Amino acid sequence: MRSDVQDQIITIIAREAVLEPAEVHPDMTLDELGLDSLGLVEMIFAIEEAFNISVPFNANEPSQSDFDISSVGAIVRAVERMIAGPAPAAA
Amino acid sequence: MRRVVITGAGTVNALAQDVAGTFAAMTEGRCGIGQLTFPDVERLNVQIGAQVQGWQPESHFERGKLAFYDLFTQFALVAAAQAMAQAGLAEAPGDPTRWGCVIGTAGGGNGTINDAFRTVFAEGKNRVHPFTVPKLMNNAACSHISMGYGLQGPSFSVATACSSSNHAIGLAFQMIRAGMADGMVAGGSESMLNFGGLKAWEGLRVMSTDGCRPFSADRNGMVQGEGAGVFVLEDYDHACARGADILAEIKGFAMTSDAGDIVMPSPEGAARAIRGALKDAGLAPDQIGYINAHGTGTAANDRTEVAAIRQVFGPAADRVMVSSTKAMHGHCIGGTGAVELLACLLALREGVIAPTINHRLADPECDLDVVPNTARQAPVTAVLSNAFAFGGLNAVLALARA
Repeated sequence: MRSDVQDQIITIIAREAVLEPAEVHPDMTLDELGLDSLGLVEMIFAIEEAFNISVPFNANEPSQSDFDISSVGAIVRAVERMIAGPAPAAA
Repeated sequence: MRRVVITGAGTVNALAQDVAGTFAAMTEGRCGIGQLTFPDVERLNVQIGAQVQGWQPESHFERGKLAFYDLFTQFALVAAAQAMAQAGLAEAPGDPTRWGCVIGTAGGGNGTINDAFRTVFAEGKNRVHPFTVPKLMNNAACSHISMGYGLQGPSFSVATACSSSNHAIGLAFQMIRAGMADGMVAGGSESMLNFGGLKAWEGLRVMSTDGCRPFSADRNGMVQGEGAGVFVLEDYDHACARGADILAEIKGFAMTSDAGDIVMPSPEGAARAIRGALKDAGLAPDQIGYINAHGTGTAANDRTEVAAIRQVFGPAADRVMVSSTKAMHGHCIGGTGAVELLACLLALREGVIAPTINHRLADPECDLDVVPNTARQAPVTAVLSNAFAFGGLNAVLALARA
């Protein structure tokens, strides 16, 4: 399960960052990947579509979001939690 | 060059459906933002906005004509009627080919598009109302105003997102000043508070779900409003000759393009527009008593706007009053500059500086006198109105007391 979610997310992030999936590692930050704010918003949209989840994220206060975007691995863990838990209510 | 004055003003917005009511609301610091009501609103993550309440189109228009009027056209027509009435005009005075109309709007008949798409996509029907195109087109409001008052000169719509109104008013100002027209009806209108319109905005993740708090450290996004502001602009001599009451003089206008990012604002582009408007008006920063800020309540805009004002104003930045009235009437997108021009008229005419309401926490990056929460009595002789749009298009107006 873990590697499958991780692979899918890495594929999505790599696409947004215009990198090969092999170049994206769990310990990397989005800054290191060169993702700007619009790239981030597109990435979250792609994750929502891929996993049929609703990610609470406001670009005005990214650090206050419940959705941890501090690294690729953090995003994977956040998505895994959302898939495992009950569907979140609309933010 | 000719001087250009405002001789009439009109508005419909969430605070009130006329200028007097809007002045009163701005003076009280009233908030027009609340729970949105329209079909499918429960499917939105953002369910607040500054919606015009109790709108009764039948009380303004004949039913036959209403079939052609999207809400944004209705708002514009009612605002134009108020402005023309205040100017004392039933039609273009003198040569009608010397009068035109410029109306800014970003979404045009966005509600009409939403309804038509719902009909064909959601309801599976195979036909839409025959007037869907003339109702949704961006120039509908401008055209209906020109038809209503026989304005046969230069008329067009302007779509520069959140700067549309300022571009429209600025262009009308320039045309009169340059002698291309004797008078212009100018302003902006917007109505995107429908499911499709807001769903698109939600996607950008810049909207607040709990309120608009410009310049406050705890701000978390914009809140959308709707409405229109429309003004009668005239050549000064023309207005004097017919004994019109002059509300204010438009002294200068400048527009710039960041040529940078499609959504992130740039302090340099904004600063160039502010500096340009001052230069065009022949005003120095220390002559400006009030700036109606773009002040959207997003993290990026407010920080950038303050930096731009500081860049241009230098030490005078610590003396100028700056407020964002969007916390009251919401961000009316293409109509916002026109609604906000009313705060400029309120300052110049009544010496009342509309407050930035919902200001809860000082932000070191927004360290100007933002007139927090309570209106202030202060005589001012010259003001600026800022508008900075997605796409990096900036438009700043400079006005002075008549």
